[in-house]
Amino acid sequence: MILIGERINGMFRDVAKAIRAQDPEPIREWARAQDAAGADYLDVNVGPTAENAVEAMRWLVGVVQEASDLPLCLDSTNYDAIEAGLKLARRPAAINSVYADRRRIERAFPMAREFGAKLVGLCMDAKGIPKNSENRLALAMELVAAAAEYDFPLEDLWIDPLILPVNVAQDHGPEVLETLRQVKILSDPPPKTVIGLSNGSQKCVNRPLVDRTLVAMAMCCGLDAAIVNVNDEELMGTIATARIILNQDVYADSYLKVFKKRT
Amino acid sequence: MPVERVKERYASKVGEVVLGATPAEGGTRSHQVKVGGDSTLPFLHAEGVVANRPVIAMEVQDVIPEWNPVFTRPVADVMGDPGAWAQKCVEAFGADLIYLRLDGANPEKGGRKPDQCAATLRQVLGAVKVPVIVVGSGVDEADDEVMPVVAEAGAGENLLLGTATQDHYKTLTAACMVHKHSIVALSPIDINICKQLNILISEMNLPLERIVIDPTVGALGYGIEYTYSIMERIRLGALSGDRMMSMPVLCTIGYEVNRAKETAAGAAEFPTWGEVGDRAVLWEAMTASCFMQAGGHIFVLRHPTSVKLLRQQIDALMAGK
Repeated sequence: MILIGERINGMFRDVAKAIRAQDPEPIREWARAQDAAGADYLDVNVGPTAENAVEAMRWLVGVVQEASDLPLCLDSTNYDAIEAGLKLARRPAAINSVYADRRRIERAFPMAREFGAKLVGLCMDAKGIPKNSENRLALAMELVAAAAEYDFPLEDLWIDPLILPVNVAQDHGPEVLETLRQVKILSDPPPKTVIGLSNGSQKCVNRPLVDRTLVAMAMCCGLDAAIVNVNDEELMGTIATARIILNQDVYADSYLKVFKKRT
Repeated sequence: MPVERVKERYASKVGEVVLGATPAEGGTRSHQVKVGGDSTLPFLHAEGVVANRPVIAMEVQDVIPEWNPVFTRPVADVMGDPGAWAQKCVEAFGADLIYLRLDGANPEKGGRKPDQCAATLRQVLGAVKVPVIVVGSGVDEADDEVMPVVAEAGAGENLLLGTATQDHYKTLTAACMVHKHSIVALSPIDINICKQLNILISEMNLPLERIVIDPTVGALGYGIEYTYSIMERIRLGALSGDRMMSMPVLCTIGYEVNRAKETAAGAAEFPTWGEVGDRAVLWEAMTASCFMQAGGHIFVLRHPTSVKLLRQQIDALMAGK
């Protein structure tokens, strides 16, 4: 399971404030904390409030890399900002994201190839997010076809079926899970799958419980990666346990302890 | 039709453990022996690197052992003198390592004291220049007294010391920490306990690259397939990035084979089985060969002929034949 630490995102008030004030310490703190908690990637998103997304991304990437050697997941709708981040990234990064839109495909795939980056592909197009899994899969197939067109390694394409908050779009839950299962038969080798876990629990009461339950269910459907709060210990314990039940890790009495310290 | 060769790619590899210390490292060995480091399944040279040859350790004991006659005959002239015994194993039989078992520390087998055991180690270290593995008697109370003293006597030599178990690992781990030796972590044909013990030892801050797994092997005909599949899982775990499964594996072949009826019963008892001499040697060589293909790294043998047979096979497999 590839864990992408979600916390360095301008959607969070403390991070937005630090970006505006060019105050590196809170950012470094989050980089260190997520690194120590077992993240494989650090999501880096300058947020909607940054005036100059390119400059903000440069600054943010620089600061994060002062505190952690983890690869980055560069998260922006602005591809100039992502490209600026890719140029500074010390290790091959992930691009978050592209969706089934010709203009975006034409920019994102060549850029990902040039920098050896992974690419998150969202199951949506200009019309938005489909209601059912069939249409989500059709869009995923467009992204798989684009990968073939640009000679981009399929296993570096991470399909995100897009989970919506369960309190407003309950009917999407089963469709997302079914999409996770079906994505694996789109190609050989199949693309990987990823979800932004906390999207599913937005504005719900007891968000952590929703997150934990969703991640276990999604893992059962073959989920490969998730953008998560790696500092939520209960969530990490759920992921570690799901890996044991799915026979992805060898059980040992202290399996929870070593999960964080894995490679 | 051309067939594309499908190659597996692995995320990680087996850790490498270095045994022994030359004068440059503070010891008196003529060379070091490295084990592990594989980045593929056993001997799949096309898919990864088999970094180091599997190595053969020959077993030497501090007191005269009660082995089957087939195994005592080649060393009958040196049993009782661990130094001479070790020397014969290295010089006449070509052992890569000496595996010294301090069975005499067992109260029922003489109850040799820590000082006597340390003296035996010094004798062996003086007689051979290869790296040395030292294990206790298997009686916890006795080994707790003996092994710290032995560890101290071998300080600087980068020994491999055994044997730690899930219920009894702290004293030996501490001795390895203090005197900078590596440790043998023994589990009873149980992958979960194997991993747990590695975690427990590493929690005492002994580095992972100083742990060697002894998964408990079984002889041919005595559950060999159980350990085989556990060793496969250990290797797959290591290659998939599970650091707590990434240690090289030691196989106590001679001990297990000696317990098999087929290495003791004579032709008079089982006429269709043939002569016990050849049979016992082949039993040991076949058992070792099987575990080499399952992913073993250090093979502890007793008979010089099976040492020779196994070495021939290692040569062939390392050459990719």
